[in-house]
Amino acid sequence: MMEQRAYDLFMQNLVKGTSHLALGQEAVAAGFGEAMRSDDYTFCTYRGHNHTLVRGASMTGILGELMGRECGLLNGKGGSMHLMSVEHGAMGSYAIIGAHMPIAAGAAWSAQYRESGQVAVCFFGDGTTNIGAFHESLNFAAVWSLPVVYVCENNLYMEYTPIGDVTAVKNPGADRASAYGLEPILIDGNDVDLVYATAQAAIAKARDGGGPSLLEVQTYRHGGHSRADPGKYRPDEEVKAWLARDPIPAYRKQLLAAGVSDSTLDTIDQEVSDRVDAAEATARSSSPPPLDIADTDLWADGTSTWRT
Amino acid sequence: MAQLSYREAVSAAISQEMRLDDRVVFIGEDVAAAGGVFKTTEGLQAEFGPVRVRDTPIAEQAILGAAMGAAMTGLRPVAEIMFSDFFAVCWDIVVNQIAKTRFMSAGQCSFPLVIRSANGGGARFGAQHSQSVENWAMAVPGLKVVAPSSPADVKGLLAASIRDPDPVLFFEQKSLYGTKGEVPDGECVEPLGKAKVLREGSDVTIVGLAAMVPKALKAAEILQDKHGISATVIDVRSLVPLDTTTIFESVSATGRLVTVEENPRLCGWGAEVSSLVAEELFWDLEGPIVRVTTPHIPLPSADALEDAVLPSVDRIVENVVRLAD
Repeated sequence: MMEQRAYDLFMQNLVKGTSHLALGQEAVAAGFGEAMRSDDYTFCTYRGHNHTLVRGASMTGILGELMGRECGLLNGKGGSMHLMSVEHGAMGSYAIIGAHMPIAAGAAWSAQYRESGQVAVCFFGDGTTNIGAFHESLNFAAVWSLPVVYVCENNLYMEYTPIGDVTAVKNPGADRASAYGLEPILIDGNDVDLVYATAQAAIAKARDGGGPSLLEVQTYRHGGHSRADPGKYRPDEEVKAWLARDPIPAYRKQLLAAGVSDSTLDTIDQEVSDRVDAAEATARSSSPPPLDIADTDLWADGTSTWRT
Repeated sequence: MAQLSYREAVSAAISQEMRLDDRVVFIGEDVAAAGGVFKTTEGLQAEFGPVRVRDTPIAEQAILGAAMGAAMTGLRPVAEIMFSDFFAVCWDIVVNQIAKTRFMSAGQCSFPLVIRSANGGGARFGAQHSQSVENWAMAVPGLKVVAPSSPADVKGLLAASIRDPDPVLFFEQKSLYGTKGEVPDGECVEPLGKAKVLREGSDVTIVGLAAMVPKALKAAEILQDKHGISATVIDVRSLVPLDTTTIFESVSATGRLVTVEENPRLCGWGAEVSSLVAEELFWDLEGPIVRVTTPHIPLPSADALEDAVLPSVDRIVENVVRLAD
């Protein structure tokens, strides 16, 4: 619902710049968010609103950041592509493809060194599997046996181009795993229970000193790559088929079948909707960031001073 | 006081800091078991063990990404990029990730890390292992940039860089590794952002960095002895933060500024210093500012060619004499 609201705010020109929505991919962030310990680390991409939210970051902070308001998670200095909430273990959303993969390895190395039992979970798209940092990170994580879980969210398109058109293997994540001595794991990323169980297993393995995992989760983004992209390059039948597999109504069906009542689910939906409304209202009423923060916080002393 | 080589001062600084702080760790290619291709880190793994001093694959993005991730989660990593030319294959991690993330996150986390690298020419390695790239780093908001010229400064400034709460790119000039000098005994830390006046004179201020500093000192001797020109020589030591106070005081007194830079001509650090002096100290100047640099070319390999293009003592002398005339 938050992502849909972000889209609506775009349409009202209240969110500037760009944004990359993960409508349709919610089950991945949700499943992992539930499986992680509160002090574990998340590293994600510009398509990272959900991944940041599930760690406990404030929804007002997220919408405020998208809208460039003072209440934003980063006081408006980061924007949609760089959500971060270190106090919640959301260690940043990185907008250069693949760059966060070695950074996640570094956080995992730190956890290993400090013997803290923390695990780093790093989300990235299918397109990332073709960039050099992917290879460097997986090899590095494997040889140092780091507690990091790499999660390739394969939504079938790198940006506008089908991933199959530009990739030497059929499954961009799973088919690469053996190159790093890792087990190939390929799952339905729209099945939130399966994502949760797979995440739990990979995270437990990492926490127990079993080293990294590379998971490929197959999913689909309902919209285009970013704000500028209506996603018209995708065949209608394909879009229709995946919309029918929308993980949110699918999970509702599953819960109903498991005996949860309609009214319980309606109440939850209403609560979420109210929370999104409240977050939006607060963000709307928040001021633009004060101009004097534009040159702060470059250095640890809070300044950006470069000369005596 | 002990006599240490510039090379030995590197491991002296790292070991000093590793003894004092368990959070300090050191990684890089061939740095641990082998002690580094320039033997700058020999003995560190023997003293601190393979967990704190660790060899990496040849994977510069992984090395620096790992350093960043470790720094933002409680460690104080030191990472080596074997030759500074190799920054080109991992510059994204340096420029887009390490340098920007504190700012973008409104100060949610800090990046106390050091990236050491062998920089510069004079070793006949050819164009891909000889560049002076400190000016690349200087151009990036969010990076501190240090380049020592003596063993004492290697130890003191590297120790300070490791203690600094911000990312520091620490450029070691590879042609200086064999040079020796007095290094104070005991704990040794030199503050970052302080230029050092190495020689006081009244006619001209010569500002140099790293390998250009001993050349500037030699030139100053010749200027005094053969031309009767009295030169101040300042070792900048740190490009960011830049000690404009020390430089300005001297230029105000002498009225003349010559920068000696190993980097290729365009956008070298001396251009920034010159521009600051021109903007803020114009009325104190008695002549044009002169920049002595490597021409705007990659470095050639043959010794005769490399010597011909790097700033030399003679070239510094010639330029100062022409300015003083």
